[in-house]
Amino acid sequence: MTSPLFAAMFAEAWGALLANRLRSLLTMLGMIIGVSAVILMLAIGGGVQREVSASISGLGSNLLIITAGSGRSGGIFGGAGTGATLKIDDAEAIATLPNVIAAAPSTAVPAQVVAGPTNWATNVSGVTPSWFVVNEWQASEGRIFTEREDRAGARVAVIGQTVAEKLFGARDAQGQLIRIKGVTFTVIGVLDRRGQGFGGQDRDDQIAVPLTSSTRLLQANEFRGTIRNISVSIASAEALEPATDDIIRLLRRLHRLRPGEQDDFQVANLTAITDTLTVATKAVSLLLAAIGSISLVVGGIGIMNIMLVSVTERTREIGIRMAIGASRAAIRLQFLMEALMLSLIGCGIGVLLGTSLATLADNFIGFQTEITPAAVLVAFAVSAAIGIFFGWWPANRAARLSPIEALRS
Amino acid sequence: MTPLIWLESVIKDYPSEAGVFRALTDVSLQIFPGELVSIMGPSGSGKSTCMNIIGCLDTVTQGRYRFNGQDTATLAEDDLARLRGQGIGFIFQGFNLLPRLSATANVGLPMVYAGADAASRKARAGDLLASVGLADKLGSKPTQLSGGQQQRVAIARALANAPQLLLADEPTGALDSKTGVEVLALFRRLNEEKGVTVVIVTHDPEVARATNRVVRIQDGRIVHDGPPDDVALFGVREAQPA
Repeated sequence: MTSPLFAAMFAEAWGALLANRLRSLLTMLGMIIGVSAVILMLAIGGGVQREVSASISGLGSNLLIITAGSGRSGGIFGGAGTGATLKIDDAEAIATLPNVIAAAPSTAVPAQVVAGPTNWATNVSGVTPSWFVVNEWQASEGRIFTEREDRAGARVAVIGQTVAEKLFGARDAQGQLIRIKGVTFTVIGVLDRRGQGFGGQDRDDQIAVPLTSSTRLLQANEFRGTIRNISVSIASAEALEPATDDIIRLLRRLHRLRPGEQDDFQVANLTAITDTLTVATKAVSLLLAAIGSISLVVGGIGIMNIMLVSVTERTREIGIRMAIGASRAAIRLQFLMEALMLSLIGCGIGVLLGTSLATLADNFIGFQTEITPAAVLVAFAVSAAIGIFFGWWPANRAARLSPIEALRS
Repeated sequence: MTPLIWLESVIKDYPSEAGVFRALTDVSLQIFPGELVSIMGPSGSGKSTCMNIIGCLDTVTQGRYRFNGQDTATLAEDDLARLRGQGIGFIFQGFNLLPRLSATANVGLPMVYAGADAASRKARAGDLLASVGLADKLGSKPTQLSGGQQQRVAIARALANAPQLLLADEPTGALDSKTGVEVLALFRRLNEEKGVTVVIVTHDPEVARATNRVVRIQDGRIVHDGPPDDVALFGVREAQPA
């Protein structure tokens, strides 16, 4: 098939569409609606996805948690974090590594906390102020403690929402005194609500006190000077892997572990959870797109319908073309081109419409929709496929006409 | 010399409600390059069937049709299409121009299917339209042209790929007598000046009279073949009209 023929058939198809403007537009309507639905759905899906991954990173997707290795008395291994292997120095060394924004050491001591007549069993974490930064956690009432208070071992505490409710009910917790393991602390702030963590634990059910105070006043003797874990915030998701390797190498060196000896710590991150959630949101946006693409199929059937009508109407024209030398392939090309043009122009308008609808939707749904070039590309590819698929039968019907009968009509 | 058109004992049957309808019965005919021939007969005589076969729009049931020495039965579908496009120029009673296209585009269409590029199509279409006296109508749509002008566009289109044969089906049927005479004169000129073989299918004795040879068909048989005298034009059995 020659390219002048191709170009001429392209021009003819365009002329045929222009000759029946209203009909062409109505035929395209199916594709327009279908494509704009798909684009809109993908845009919303993409927005949801981005929103979800943003909130995941709020929970700490760029966070590494280093936990002390298991303790051991004789041949009996304790659980993770029961060993006294992590030191505050380790955290300071980690903080100097590339890609590490901050490294926050913390201890955790379970304790029965007493406030006046009430008491509550909770976890008391000894933390540095950087812990609040790494976890992106602020006080909703009062304040968190300062570097100075931490270094001085001040007896101040910042409590979680659950602890505040259990100990003080509706009363203002600020300025209240609480006793932890016999030591009196002043409540200087209440943390904002976090809800459940990924393990289902209540993250609001804890108390944060300065690390120094914790190690001096609360920790058992054999743990003194050691910490339970280090939260490390990493510059980017891509840097998680190399940073993990760096940290392991560093800690093995600091702990003087010989090659072949087991790590006396664990490094964990939340990417597995992030991946799961990403897959889930991707599935949701695919579902949305699938619903949208049903209308694309309907649009394709509309094109087939009108192409069949067009072939019937133009039987005589087909006969004339055959008489003056058109091969069956040339006739097929002409009608296929017309169907393809209908679907692709419809797709173009649909993309524009879908994009504007998505932009409009931004104002109502409270998050930014996201249109990717891939979505637009897929829309065009699918539309082209639909044009060819649904245009094939009418085009073939035209090509198979007998020239005499076509001329006689 | 090889005949351009060579029908040998051609039989054409069509299926019909009453069984098989035999449109052509044992038709043998030779037309040589450069001839100006009319195929004449009343409606239903088989002359249209004869034209469809000569024009490679239809195939024979029995017998053999050679175009320019080539047995058409051996040609594939696409070869027949190429033969129609480049060896034969069709001219129809109802002109059969494509209404959406300009005169130039209509004339260029056979060249499209022959694979010519846009520039050469435009140039040749312009020349052809000028040669039929329509140099000022290049951009006109068929609806903007008179019947005679439309038929001249159709003739220009038929000449687009410089075919060996012009095959005209009642070319003056839709024209007034004066315009009809002009169109017939154009055929004669093309035949005499360019040596194009012209076959005109008609029921009209006056049209047949403008050709050099009349082939008369009746009931699917050739009943007369000779110069356009009264016997050829009005038949043996029919007396001359009073």
